[in-house]
Amino acid sequence: MNEFVETLLDLPWQVGDPKPAYDVVIIGAGGHGLATAYYLATRHGITNVCVLDANYIGSGNSGRNTTIIRSNYGIPESVAFYQHSLEMYQQLEAETGSWIMHSTKGQIWLAHSVSTARTERTRALMNEACGAKTDYIGPEEIKRLCPQIDLTGGGRYPVQGASYHHEGATARHDRVVWTYAQGALRNGVHVFQHTPVTGLLKDGDRVTGVQTPKGNISAGVVLSAVGGHVSTVAGWAGVRLPIRTHALQAFVTNAYAQEFAPIVSSNDLVFYISQTPRGQMLIGAEYDRQASYRTSTSYSYLQACSAKATTLFPFLSKLRILRSWAGICDVSTDFSPILGHTGVDGLMISTGWGTWGFKAIPAAGEQLAELIATGTAPPLIAPFGLDRFAKEAAMADPSSAGTR
Amino acid sequence: MLWIECPNCGSRPFEEYRYGSVFPVTPDSITDPDARNIDHAWMQDNIQGVTQERWFHESGCRRWFTATRDTTTDVFLD
Repeated sequence: MNEFVETLLDLPWQVGDPKPAYDVVIIGAGGHGLATAYYLATRHGITNVCVLDANYIGSGNSGRNTTIIRSNYGIPESVAFYQHSLEMYQQLEAETGSWIMHSTKGQIWLAHSVSTARTERTRALMNEACGAKTDYIGPEEIKRLCPQIDLTGGGRYPVQGASYHHEGATARHDRVVWTYAQGALRNGVHVFQHTPVTGLLKDGDRVTGVQTPKGNISAGVVLSAVGGHVSTVAGWAGVRLPIRTHALQAFVTNAYAQEFAPIVSSNDLVFYISQTPRGQMLIGAEYDRQASYRTSTSYSYLQACSAKATTLFPFLSKLRILRSWAGICDVSTDFSPILGHTGVDGLMISTGWGTWGFKAIPAAGEQLAELIATGTAPPLIAPFGLDRFAKEAAMADPSSAGTR
Repeated sequence: MLWIECPNCGSRPFEEYRYGSVFPVTPDSITDPDARNIDHAWMQDNIQGVTQERWFHESGCRRWFTATRDTTTDVFLD
């Protein structure tokens, strides 16, 4: 975070170095780590908590996502979890008194072929049955919601219909991080930036703390809320994870002066687009195929993605790409998150967030805080434990990435 | 732009290739056959550094080959 931004925020940093011991140490001060600390303090009165980050708060994937909040997932357990998160986002400003620039926009998930239209009809029915408000809409309604769209799809991708997720929303990602940081700090949680965790302390098979350049910190529970580098952290405890790290790229154009109201995803073209509060058009697609820890963007991605986006939205050809970036995502092999116990005493985990982590921040933080406080996983996240793979109960969700 | 050395076609642009996967290595410490199967099916080494992988030259000679790549830099090594 630059010094100018820091002067605008009321973040009551504690002074000095970390204490030698805490009840809970959280590795990673992104949205998930800070939200868990916030809910530990506010819901369960556990304030002897320390959150550590190798860089500044929100410098990882919390600062690199495309800020979309939605709950139209592919399996009932996921819909219930993300719908809870979506509703918590709607209440977050009222709860914290802090503006996160939450805006309900609606998400249109387009189909350009008969078979995809069938997929979208199924998605709408399934989501509606599980509690996520979704309807199947036709081209006329799509044109009304999003006048910029070329319904012929450049002659090659005619719009057949779409599933319309009414409560799809966006929020400013940095503000979400700052809101949780502020809430946690005000409740006595310690947050240390630029304090990388370099190893875990162990007593026999049990994890008892973390090693940092500022000294060893012992902890009753260590929670890894690490993004792409999570396999390294788990490896210190001998835990194998079903995680492969991929780079996900995205970019924004310069400002578009008109309003572009909804979030639009295309199932067949595999990209999605929304407008930021600054008016920039924010465009993303799938993560890079090869496993990688490299956060640079590629010309070929920008070219391919722009070609797809201008096919549906010809006005984009008059804009210019302003900025592109990439985050390294912890993609799980069944495309669902992994939350809770690791099988090693004293170590818990919040990972597998792949390309769907931002929308889950409030619910995952709240539910993990309850798990840490009570020792048992609440029903909403119980299906998402790491032990599901050994039980042959993987939560395969083919529609977890926003483009499929 | 990233260029990849194909053993048949020489140096060609990245877009011509398809990523296969890394060679999975199940640790010897997992001795139970069922646990080994589950590890093989789901778990990933997710190496941060040099990996041995399979790549397919999809828009070229259409042959698979083994490459060595550093996942932190995406640089292909000989």
